Amino acid sequence: MLERRNVVSALLGTRGEMAVVTGLGSATYDVAAVGDHPRNFYLWGAMGGAASLALGLAMAQPETPVVAITGDGEMLMAIGTFCTIALQAPPNLSIVVLDNGLYGETGSQKSHTGVSDLAGIAKASGIAMIETVTTSSELDEIAASISLTAGGPRVYVVKVSQEPKPRVLPLREGAHAKARFREAFGLTAD
Amino acid sequence: MNVHPAEDAYHKWSRDIFDVLSDAKVRQVPYVPDGGHARLIELVDAHSAMRAIPLTTEEEGVALAAGAWLGGERAAVLLQSSGVGNCINMLSLIKICKFPLLMLVTMRGEWGEFNAWQVPMGSATADALGLMGVHVVRATAAEEVRQVVSNAALMAFQGGSAVSVLLSQRLIGAKAFLN
Repeated sequence: MLERRNVVSALLGTRGEMAVVTGLGSATYDVAAVGDHPRNFYLWGAMGGAASLALGLAMAQPETPVVAITGDGEMLMAIGTFCTIALQAPPNLSIVVLDNGLYGETGSQKSHTGVSDLAGIAKASGIAMIETVTTSSELDEIAASISLTAGGPRVYVVKVSQEPKPRVLPLREGAHAKARFREAFGLTAD
Repeated sequence: MNVHPAEDAYHKWSRDIFDVLSDAKVRQVPYVPDGGHARLIELVDAHSAMRAIPLTTEEEGVALAAGAWLGGERAAVLLQSSGVGNCINMLSLIKICKFPLLMLVTMRGEWGEFNAWQVPMGSATADALGLMGVHVVRATAAEEVRQVVSNAALMAFQGGSAVSVLLSQRLIGAKAFLN
């Protein structure tokens, strides 16, 4: 079974110019555990917003690979966003769902993905590049793909272990995170 | 083709909003459709530098507008008053990160409304936005639409504020609902 921290570390190891948006909870901590970066935008709330925020960013920055890293619970709240992404089809956008089948932040209640197939839903939504990932042998290839500004949008549903990991808490000051992110793109803070 | 005077006015203020958005260099226009926004959506769709983005629910548009701003583009979210209710928690993102936001809200449930199901959210729209820290302005007369939207855009994109423009049902009138 894949470990979520190893997965995120493998995907972001050679990130280059990539921009990363995280869904609240464990995905935010997983990305923080790899190391802070001014092109990271961490959500600490706004559940269901990671994929659509990444979509707006990807359309604004077509020369930048944009990756949303989120959990199955956060993605389930925005399941229609697969359809919204499919319609716009930005080639530089990837969504990585770390699917442990649990709401890990709130007491590890089972999520719907024990029954519902997120990759199947994404595919039926009209997103062409879909993969369910269960082994580490695929991770290098996925890391290379999500670094591209062509060939997307992509959705990777990565099945990960349910074992909880220590929290790694990144920047929580939202206005600062926003200004820092924009400055990393050569934009004004405000 | 003969154009009914009310339709003529509707086309005029829809064009006024479009011109304001275009002059403000708005590039992304996420929307859940509404009859009152139909003409504006057509204009946006026909414009090469602007992208009309259909949403499955309005809160997607709030997060999308934040993402656009992070990447250096401006967005305006088009929605109906009922959709404001769907945005409430996502407005936390706007408030906590101090994102600029421009929402154009066509009102239902407040003026000659034949569908009572629209009244609860229509009655609460302005208060709900206010509770989440979104500044509310309103346009009721066709002649004031350009000025109201223009000043809202200024507050959002120059001032960095979250602003919503309520387009009164009295303004939209029979055109959108009695066709």
